[in-house]
Amino acid sequence: MNNKRPINLNLFAFRFPVTSISSILHRVTGVLLFVAIPVVLCVLQMSLTSDGFAEVKSYFANDLIKLAIWLVLSSVAYHIIAGVRHLLMDAGIGETLEGGRFGSYAVIVLGVISAVLLGVYIW
Amino acid sequence: MVTSATSLGRSGLHDWIIQRTTAVVLAAYIVYLGSFIFTADKIDFPVWIQLFSQLWFKIFSLLAIISLSFHAWVGLWIVFTDYVKSHAIRFVLQIIVNLSCLAFIIWGALILWSV
Repeated sequence: MNNKRPINLNLFAFRFPVTSISSILHRVTGVLLFVAIPVVLCVLQMSLTSDGFAEVKSYFANDLIKLAIWLVLSSVAYHIIAGVRHLLMDAGIGETLEGGRFGSYAVIVLGVISAVLLGVYIW
Repeated sequence: MVTSATSLGRSGLHDWIIQRTTAVVLAAYIVYLGSFIFTADKIDFPVWIQLFSQLWFKIFSLLAIISLSFHAWVGLWIVFTDYVKSHAIRFVLQIIVNLSCLAFIIWGALILWSV
């Protein structure tokens, strides 16, 4: 194996152009969603019994829980949008420097728009 | 090597393919579930339990949970190998994540087939 690969990146030693911001957000939302998996499974399990469904529904009235749901759903939306960009780049679309910058801006803008729309839908 | 032994696919190319395949399954599942909830008149218990009692949806859901677990395994491996310097800490983190992913699959299957 090639051990000269750049690994163990020190994030504090970097400048952050837009391409790196869209990339780190993809990672941050991914880690956050991993942490959310057991919570979502718990809620799913509860929601599949008649009493549990009513209880889960009553949770959804709480503003703090709404905020958590919004955070998770917005992360899902961003993660999917950034993922689609990855697949497009795999297909050779937007691989140039300008293409990469444009793609990053597009992903962040679309991510913000979907977060706003999800917020409107939830509240 | 801890690095290759804790990866899911044992090679970068294999991981790359796993990550993309599982991503497409997950996107399809989320789009389906999202549009189901968004287009339904209302989501009450009978509608919800009816959705999850169909065999095809159980299989689709289990496929999504397996995809999610593998996707997280590969994704967090990438994150940990990039940012966690200490081999010991990274090894422990990766084992916790990998076992959690396997547990999510078992748990998910039990939830889905309890309906």
